[in-house]
Amino acid sequence: MKETNDVILHMVTKVVVFIILTLAIYLFIAGHNQPGGGFISGLVLSSAFVLLYLSFDVETVNSGLPLNFVVVAAVGVFLSVTTGFLAIFNGKSFLTHTFTSKTFPLIGKTEMGTVTLFEAGVSLAVVGVVVTIILGISEDV
Amino acid sequence: MESVIIILAGILVMIATYLFLSRNLIRIILGSALLSHAVHLLLMAMGGLKKGGPPLLGEELKTYTDALPQALILTAIVINFAVTAIFLVLAYRTYQKTGTDNLNALRGFKDE
Amino acid sequence: MSNLIVLPMVIPILIGIILIFLRPYIKIQRWVSVLSVIFSGGLGLYLLKQIQTNGILTLEFGEWKAPFGIVFVADSFSMLLVVTTSFVTLVCLLYAFATIGRALESMFFYSFVQFLIAGVNGSFLTGDLFNLFVCFEVMLVASYILVMIGGKKDQLRESIKYIAINVLSSWIFLVAIAYLYGTLGTLNMAHLAVRVSEVGQTPLLTTISILLLIVFSLKSGLLLYFWLPGSYSVPPTAVAALFGALLTKVGIYAMFRIFTLIFNHEPAITHTLIGVMAAVTLIIGSIGAIAYKDLRQIAAFNVVIAVGFIMVGLAVFSTVALEGSIYYLIHDMIVKALLFLLVGTMIALTGKNRLNQMSGLIRNYPVLGWLVFIVTLSLAGIPPFSGFLGKVLVGGAAVEKGNFVLLALAFISSLFVLYSLLRIFMNCFWGETILSIEDEPPLKKSWLIPSIILSVATFVLGVGAESIAVYVNDAAHTLMNPEIYIDAVLPDK
Repeated sequence: MKETNDVILHMVTKVVVFIILTLAIYLFIAGHNQPGGGFISGLVLSSAFVLLYLSFDVETVNSGLPLNFVVVAAVGVFLSVTTGFLAIFNGKSFLTHTFTSKTFPLIGKTEMGTVTLFEAGVSLAVVGVVVTIILGISEDV
Repeated sequence: MESVIIILAGILVMIATYLFLSRNLIRIILGSALLSHAVHLLLMAMGGLKKGGPPLLGEELKTYTDALPQALILTAIVINFAVTAIFLVLAYRTYQKTGTDNLNALRGFKDE
Repeated sequence: MSNLIVLPMVIPILIGIILIFLRPYIKIQRWVSVLSVIFSGGLGLYLLKQIQTNGILTLEFGEWKAPFGIVFVADSFSMLLVVTTSFVTLVCLLYAFATIGRALESMFFYSFVQFLIAGVNGSFLTGDLFNLFVCFEVMLVASYILVMIGGKKDQLRESIKYIAINVLSSWIFLVAIAYLYGTLGTLNMAHLAVRVSEVGQTPLLTTISILLLIVFSLKSGLLLYFWLPGSYSVPPTAVAALFGALLTKVGIYAMFRIFTLIFNHEPAITHTLIGVMAAVTLIIGSIGAIAYKDLRQIAAFNVVIAVGFIMVGLAVFSTVALEGSIYYLIHDMIVKALLFLLVGTMIALTGKNRLNQMSGLIRNYPVLGWLVFIVTLSLAGIPPFSGFLGKVLVGGAAVEKGNFVLLALAFISSLFVLYSLLRIFMNCFWGETILSIEDEPPLKKSWLIPSIILSVATFVLGVGAESIAVYVNDAAHTLMNPEIYIDAVLPDK
């Protein structure tokens, strides 16, 4: 294959990936009481990974990010299901979530809920599954 | 507004049926994806399209928006996403193994 | 509230995920997956006992009250099926250990079996129509991968058909759910039942119920069976046995639930339609079972006949008929797994898959031969094996209700089952032997033990049917009296 010159793509990717990651985190946190949430932030996160894989090649990204995305997905689902189990040990129904409010310096009064952990699991599962499938289809073309 | 959405769903089903009946595997996969989008629209229309109300029933609120269809649609989208992904992987593996994505070329048992 | 009833679904999911982490350690994977299945089976038995004393158990997810949140409901019918599922899966896993091979084992085979079981158990336990859809999809996604696993050419071809037909039927399911939500404004099954009995089963609702009937017929192979023989005959034997035993039964369970609990007000339309579909299924299944020479096709058409027979019980629609259907359902899960395992073993031993290419196997493999004979008798419903009681009860109820056509078809189809399997026995086991003593591949004990366990199970279930009679009676009683179910889910409606 002819060597192509993708300086612009590489430069733009390096900047845009961080913008996408920030957007993903914003969507994740906004999901608490506004549109957003684990699933969407997972999709956005995986779009960042896919952009990296597109502009650099698979080997380069893998050497910088040694992640097995099947395991990422498994960790995600595991996290989501186990947070459901936490409620059982408290004598509540499966998947019952709880939250408290705490006051932090600088941020102020903030709600903290176990549902965040559940959503984090959903995010990881989505990232893992999406990237696994895209890599599975795209390898050795 | 609901009727517009339902007509849109009908058009999507029409296109999906056309794609589903073709011999090309990729078109079938696109058809199956469109088919599910049509039913997502139908689910949304069945829940009623309203805006401006919170998803709660309260004493003093005049309107409320039914949040359940959106939850159903989100779940259905996730499932449809997984199934389409598997279908795509299958199409790719089939293409690798047989060198064709035409269903006519795939048919038949060898010993019949 | 009883958190225990979610475990038959959640434990397999958790174990399936843990098995992904244990990918390099095949031995541990095997033990962990066996333990998971034994645990859900044991839990099922314990809950079955609990239900007899405490009544139907329910669980509201996340403490959202019944019509608004997702509920899990465990009555005797669902728990009986959960226990049988666990038992059959255990045996199929034992067979998989011996036959499935290193390559598939490290391709997350055991994880996907666990996900499949999670989907099956979830479908049995859920009390919410949309959740039923989700559990179906969990089961189906796992089954897509299990059909594809190994990636042989004919497997890929059949997977395309299998996935396409299931995408279509899931689509119809969603359409029916959308219409139901649009008309009745709820998806909780008990709540749906209340609403339907309040407004009466209008023609619109009956139409929706027929949409649901089409969905579950596609999934279970009732009349719309055309995808079934192909996709059940390509995967590895252990997977085919799991499919033959479990997947169609989930569709049957859903039909039983929907048409006894929610849409039970117009039996003249819905149950007559089910009866007609069952009759046609019995006829076509019988023709298919004797038309093919490929052993796996014959086994697959036997699945179709059994679906028809079980649905006769629902079409007759009386307590005794439902009891018979439940007995037959449990029997069929065990004995279909046995049939697929035996047929797979025969094909693996000879390397051929057609009747006329095998002969005289009994000299080399006497135990295998007599096991095939046992499965023949059991499937045909000859005492003392487990098929007998179900057939007698369904037959008796059909006489009582005057459904003589269904009765005749049901029993003629038994003769066809007997003939199709005797044909396997006579052609493959009697006659000139094709394998000389020198080149006969040795039959490993680990290939036979799972089949022996299942044969013993069908015998024990036949002789000791009395021991599960309490549970079956309770299950049929609950199905015929939906208010028991409704009261358990919505205590203060």
